[in-house]
Amino acid sequence: MSTTTTAQIRVLIAKPGLDGHDRGAKVVARALRDGGCEVIYTGIRQTPEMIAEAALQEDVDVVGLSILSGAHLELFPRVIAELKKRGVDDVLLFCGGIIPEEDSKALTDLGFSAVFRPGTNTQDIVKFVYEHVKK
Amino acid sequence: MDELVERFLKKDRRALARIISRVENATPEGREYFRALYPHSGKTHIVGVTGGAGSGKSTLTGALAAAYRKREKTVGIVAVDPSSPFTKGAILGDRIRMQDLALDPGVYVRSMAGRGALGGLAPTISEVVSVMDAFGFDIVIIETIGAGQDEVEIAGTAMTTILVNNPGTGDDIQALKAGIIEIADILVVNKADHPGADVLVSQLRALLSLSPAGSRRPPILKTTATKGEGLDELIDAIDEHYEYLKSSGTLAEHRTEDARRQVLSIARQILLERIQQTTPEAELSALVDRIAAREIDPHTAAESITTSVRG
Repeated sequence: MSTTTTAQIRVLIAKPGLDGHDRGAKVVARALRDGGCEVIYTGIRQTPEMIAEAALQEDVDVVGLSILSGAHLELFPRVIAELKKRGVDDVLLFCGGIIPEEDSKALTDLGFSAVFRPGTNTQDIVKFVYEHVKK
Repeated sequence: MDELVERFLKKDRRALARIISRVENATPEGREYFRALYPHSGKTHIVGVTGGAGSGKSTLTGALAAAYRKREKTVGIVAVDPSSPFTKGAILGDRIRMQDLALDPGVYVRSMAGRGALGGLAPTISEVVSVMDAFGFDIVIIETIGAGQDEVEIAGTAMTTILVNNPGTGDDIQALKAGIIEIADILVVNKADHPGADVLVSQLRALLSLSPAGSRRPPILKTTATKGEGLDELIDAIDEHYEYLKSSGTLAEHRTEDARRQVLSIARQILLERIQQTTPEAELSALVDRIAAREIDPHTAAESITTSVRG
């Protein structure tokens, strides 16, 4: 492999809250890796502050949140607030997991550009990232 | 651009993160930032942590940073993970082992993808480290990609190189071989709570006793990074090595060698870019096909595309 310094899309995949199931997050991280992104994966049980701080330090273009616990309307607004507090206001946001259809509007209003539910083709997520990232 | 530099100099971490991205990607803007900030660098102790995949480098780096924080030192960390040779994508997972530091304002962690560079590093790591140095961290730790026997490049950038070993990973002949073990300034036996740690320590000690008389023998330390054990001793050994570098004049030598390596590496990059600019893709493809068909040899082809830079 030849050396390259080309800018790759940087994505943070994070799991806020207390649920310990990160299979979905890992599958998405792997799909984005295979799609050519540099994916920072921070593991389970992240607080909103930790996620926002990682997004700032890593200067990512995209933040993807995965949640299965049902606490998304509780935790996601706090993640957004922490990002704003740090001036991280230009990242592409998406989320996925067990999220009821009726919560979609609330999440769009918060700034999420897409909600991916179980059964989503991972290629659709990669395509979404490449089409919407602000590079 | 000036606004970002101004914020950087006022220790704004978002400005630091933004500038690192531009420098990492070697954009023209990144080169300007680098030029502006380079004069502010040259004050930090740069420490390298290298060793095999799974040897505990990330956990040790995190524990080391936590121990430095207890001594009220600020720490910047650059952690490198490999890029895919096929898609150029990467999973950067070193932060997972550094969760305790996540919200500490005295610690900044940056993950970098290897992007095909040799030696377990990344193509622009020297520049990124200089930017972190200019930001004013007391210590900058570089954590390499999992290294095998021959990834010695870290010693060019880091002033103090720590080689992480584990019990149960090969007999003493491994340590007798040339390569990575020769660049270690400090040998760490991590996962020291596993069986065989003391045997490994005595094997390493026996081998070091074969070093030429008068040469510096790297200390051998035991750590259990997951429990935070052995870190104070490790910091003392790092500090001691730094003092040795300064008093022996080796630090000045290291800086000169590092400068030489950097300027030649950047010059090589500039020449390569110039050749790529003056060689249309069609011409290059045609040459490549002829080489593959054995009609022309690679040397002759290279000479023909480098006329513009050979004067």
